[in-house]
Amino acid sequence: MSGRMGLAADRGAAAAAAVAQAEAAFQALRRQRRLATLLGAGIFLACLLTAGWVSEFHPATLWAGLPRIGEYFSRVAPSLEWGKLFAGVETEGSLAFWMYRLDAWGLLLFETAQMAALATLMGAVVGLLLAFPAARNLGLPGWMSEAARRLLEATRTVPEIVFALIFVWAFGVGALAGILAIALHTAGALGKLFADAMENIEMRPWEGVRASGGSWFQACRYAVLPAAAPDLLSYAMLRFEINLRSASVIGFVGAGGIGEELYKVISFNYYEEISAIIVLVILAVVCIDLLSEKLRRRVIEAVS
Amino acid sequence: MSRVINPGGHLLSAGEVAAWRARMPAAFGPSVAARLWRWLGAAGFLAWLVGTLWWFDVSPQRLLNGLNGLGVIVRLMIPPSPGEQWVEILQGLAESLAMAFLGTAIAATVAIPLGFLGARNVASSVIFRFSLRRVFDGMRGVDQLIWALAYVRAVGLGPLAGVLAIATADIAVLAKLYAEAIENAEKRQAEGIAAAGGSPTLVMRFGILPQVAPIMLGHALYFFESNARSASILGVVGAGGIGLQIAERIRVRNWDEVAFIIILMVVMVMAIDWLSQRLRRRLIGGR
Repeated sequence: MSGRMGLAADRGAAAAAAVAQAEAAFQALRRQRRLATLLGAGIFLACLLTAGWVSEFHPATLWAGLPRIGEYFSRVAPSLEWGKLFAGVETEGSLAFWMYRLDAWGLLLFETAQMAALATLMGAVVGLLLAFPAARNLGLPGWMSEAARRLLEATRTVPEIVFALIFVWAFGVGALAGILAIALHTAGALGKLFADAMENIEMRPWEGVRASGGSWFQACRYAVLPAAAPDLLSYAMLRFEINLRSASVIGFVGAGGIGEELYKVISFNYYEEISAIIVLVILAVVCIDLLSEKLRRRVIEAVS
Repeated sequence: MSRVINPGGHLLSAGEVAAWRARMPAAFGPSVAARLWRWLGAAGFLAWLVGTLWWFDVSPQRLLNGLNGLGVIVRLMIPPSPGEQWVEILQGLAESLAMAFLGTAIAATVAIPLGFLGARNVASSVIFRFSLRRVFDGMRGVDQLIWALAYVRAVGLGPLAGVLAIATADIAVLAKLYAEAIENAEKRQAEGIAAAGGSPTLVMRFGILPQVAPIMLGHALYFFESNARSASILGVVGAGGIGLQIAERIRVRNWDEVAFIIILMVVMVMAIDWLSQRLRRRLIGGR
């Protein structure tokens, strides 16, 4: 009996020791984890303070600025009145009074959309031409794809606005500078996506065309393009929406579109016109989002 | 030449070909109507292209002149030079980085409670959630540059306007992403806390937050990367950072310094991308 009890006690002691060991390990792990979290938080806080110091983000300036921000945005907000909402242009507080230059702004928005479309088309064409050498699976020498990829990366990393600032000097103030700036940036962004899409195609059609004596260009035309077309179209159309947004602000540097009007209106503090134009831009972007979503589905169905 | 060899090897007569054509018109290429539509589409596209090019006054002469001017500018850019005010350039770069960091941090912090409010499994009021999301959508549609320009008018020139612009433009998008992450969180842990008697606050803190925190951090890092790019141009409208430096130098046509700043910008963006990718992998990939 005593032996058995001793065994049980031994077992109990062993279990307690194991529990204590596990507990110690758990505590050690927890300490380590806590230390890591504290260290991360410390580094983050240091970065935050440095960033605040460098960007002159003092609580006092912010506090002083808050009322001004509130005042500014309340002035920008349209002063609409329910009773007169659908009254004529002359009545203050009506929609028509708020949007009193709807025809001119509509034309500018249309111009902006055309700029975006043209820039997307040009960028997509250039991107497509560069994507063939950039794709690594089409049997071209390695240095060629490397060079094409670096070129695409360079045009993609520089923001459109910087290109636009430079092009305004070269091509003169106007929509052309904006179109070319957006197109150049688009070529870099789309070219990479196109090349990646081409690298993901099934290689059998390519081998078939090559084996039956087709040239490299014929293989690109009849094996790569049909397989990649749905992806390419979908990327290009998504890019059109992005470009519409950039085309609406590229006018800030004198490169055409509704951005020029918006810049003027904000600079001269025509408060309510600011909100009118911004609402129009948002509406246009939302409309084109919905439209291009439908179009994209139909086109992709037709192609594939 | 209208005879066609069939797989059997013998020649088909013209009559047989006509019979096959009648049975399976699609096998003989697109129909006349389809071809007509295609031509019409191509003609319409060409008309649009020519029309827009004409409207935007794009002529070969103008393009050629512009390219000539561009060639001169590129030649003046080489070799890139930091100029005499290179301290200012470095300051601008640091300012841009600080603006991106602070703006993202503010947006990510403010977006956490908004994300909880906008999530379906946390906020029960449909009308409140719907209106909150519409406000998010509206804010998202306004470009960062527009916010920057507005804030410059409101709080004056300088990086403060840039920080506020970045924060305002990102709060909406981050809140939406956070709300989606919270909606996709596993319910069992939250239910467990609630079943053990935890209050709604405790459910959020111990049931949902541990699941979504890595996702939120990942999103915030992505936004930091993207903001490091955009913060470098906000200065063009006067909101501080390197953009101001580049705009000033373009105005006085110091092209070699412009090239230097562009190279610096590209290097900074690449360095941030690399750093953030490593950080993201450590924070999220380790699990």
